[in-house]
Amino acid sequence: MKLAADLGLCQGHQECLAEAPELFGFDEDSYQVVVRVPEPSEQQLPAARAAVKYCPAFALTLED
Amino acid sequence: MIPTVSTVLDDQDPIVPEIIRGTGHLPEMRVDPISLFTRVREECGDLGRFRLADKDVVLVTGAEANEAFFRAPDEVLDQAAAYPFMTPIFGKGVVFDASPEERQQMLKNQALRGDMMRGHAQTIEAEIRRMIAGWGEEGEIDLLDFFAELTIYTTSACLVGKPFREELDSSFARHYHELEHGTDAIAYVDAYADIESFRMRDAAREKLVALVQAIVDKRVARGKVPREERDLLDVLISIDMDTDTITGIFISMMFAGHHTSSGTASWAMIELLRNPEVMGDVVQELDELYADGSEVSFQALRSIPVLEAALKETLRLHPPLIILMRLVREDFELLGETIPAGTLLAASPRVSNRIEDDFPKAELFDPSRYLDPRQEDMQNRWTWIPFGAGKHRCVGNAFAMMQMKAIFSVILRDYSFEAAQPLESYADDFTKMVIQLQQPCRVRYRKRSS
Repeated sequence: MKLAADLGLCQGHQECLAEAPELFGFDEDSYQVVVRVPEPSEQQLPAARAAVKYCPAFALTLED
Repeated sequence: MIPTVSTVLDDQDPIVPEIIRGTGHLPEMRVDPISLFTRVREECGDLGRFRLADKDVVLVTGAEANEAFFRAPDEVLDQAAAYPFMTPIFGKGVVFDASPEERQQMLKNQALRGDMMRGHAQTIEAEIRRMIAGWGEEGEIDLLDFFAELTIYTTSACLVGKPFREELDSSFARHYHELEHGTDAIAYVDAYADIESFRMRDAAREKLVALVQAIVDKRVARGKVPREERDLLDVLISIDMDTDTITGIFISMMFAGHHTSSGTASWAMIELLRNPEVMGDVVQELDELYADGSEVSFQALRSIPVLEAALKETLRLHPPLIILMRLVREDFELLGETIPAGTLLAASPRVSNRIEDDFPKAELFDPSRYLDPRQEDMQNRWTWIPFGAGKHRCVGNAFAMMQMKAIFSVILRDYSFEAAQPLESYADDFTKMVIQLQQPCRVRYRKRSS
C-alpha cells in the first residue's frame, strides 16, 4: 500500500502526526506534511488508515 | 454551450417582490433553492446555468467539475466577492474569509491548532453542562433555540476567549440569530434594500455593537491585566480598534462555526429520533465507551465510530451550506467549456452529497456508508462535500466534529429524547441564504434512570 499526501490540499492541521507519528514529518517552512514512510509495513497500516481517515483536509491517500 | 435550467417561477409574477422582478432565477432561489439546484443537475448535467439578476451563474456538480472548482486558486476563482449578503453583517472592511495563506497562519498561531483542541473539548463539555444544569427530570426544548445559544457560548469561548464569553447571555445569541436571518437572497440585487429582514439585521448588529461596547467600557475601566488573563478583546482594545470593527471581527470569527454547528447538532438529534435503531447503537456505544469513567474531553478527541458515522450521514443529508460560490476572475476552462470572467461559479453540497451513483440510495439515512470497506466519504472526496473541499475546505471541521461528539456524549448519556411533534414536521427554512431549522422544532427529554 502506498501512502501519499496531496500538497495542494494539506492545510497543516498535523492530525496525521498525532495519529501516526512514525509515518509523517512536518515541514515548518512550507507548513505542510512530509510523508516519511511512503510504503508502510503491515504493522503500520492501522495507524496509516487512521491518519487518512482523520485528516481534516482529506489530503492523504492509502492505495494499492 | 452550457445549458440553462428551466424557469418555474416567472420573474415578473405579481407574487415576486418588485425589487427582484426581472432577475431571472433569483425569485425561485429566494424561496426554494433546493428545487432550483437539483433541477439544474437533472436538466443540465454536471454544468448548468441559471441567472441571478445581472450575474450568470454556472452550477457545477459531479466529481470532475467539483475537483476543478475546489482546486482553482483564489486569483482565478474568488470567493470573497461572491457573497454580497455577508458584507452588511460583518461590516465594511472586515474580510469574508482569509486567503489560504492567512488561513494557514491562523492554524499556526491560533485557536484551531491541533494542540488547542484538548482545552476546547474541556470548554465545550463545561458549556453543555451549564446549559443543561437546570433541566431537571424531564422537559422540552426547542432545538434551534437550545443549540443556537449553546454554540454562541462554545464559539465565543473557544475562538475569542473565556473572559469575553463570560460577559455574554442569551440576548447576544438572540441578536446574532437576527443577523443570520438577515441573509435574504435579495442581497444579490441590493444588500441594503429596505426590507424587514434587512432592517432587523441592521438593528441587531447595532445591538451587538452596543453589547460589545459595554464589555469594552468595563475592560477599559478595569485597566490592564496580566498577559495570561488577556483574551483577543484585550488585544484589539490595546491597538485602539473601534468597537464597530471589533464587533465585526467577532461576528465573522464566530459566523462559520455558529449556524453550521447549531444546525448540525439539531439535525443529528432529529435523524437519531427518526432512526431509533441508530439511536440505540449510538447510546450503547457511548455507554460502553464511558463505562470506565473516562472524560468527555478525552474521548471527544478520539474515535467514536458509530456516533461519527451518524454525524457524517447527518452532514451529508443536511449540509449547513447548500451552495458555495466563487466569482470567476480569469476565464476558466471547465469540462471543455470556457467560463468567462465575471460569471459566478457555484458548487452545491446539497446536490453533490445526494448523487445516486456515488451514494447509493442517496435519500436514505444510512450511517453504514462510512464503515469499512464502503467509506463513501473518502471514496467520494469531491462529491461528499458538507465541509466543502480543497484549499478552502472548512478549516474548523475537526473542531466541529469534536464539538458534536462532546455534545452527544453528554446529553445522550444523561437523558433520553423523543420527538414532541410529528417526525416529518422537522424541516429547514430555506428562505434565507443562512439556513436554519423551522420553528417549532421541539423535543422532549427525560433523565435516564441510572
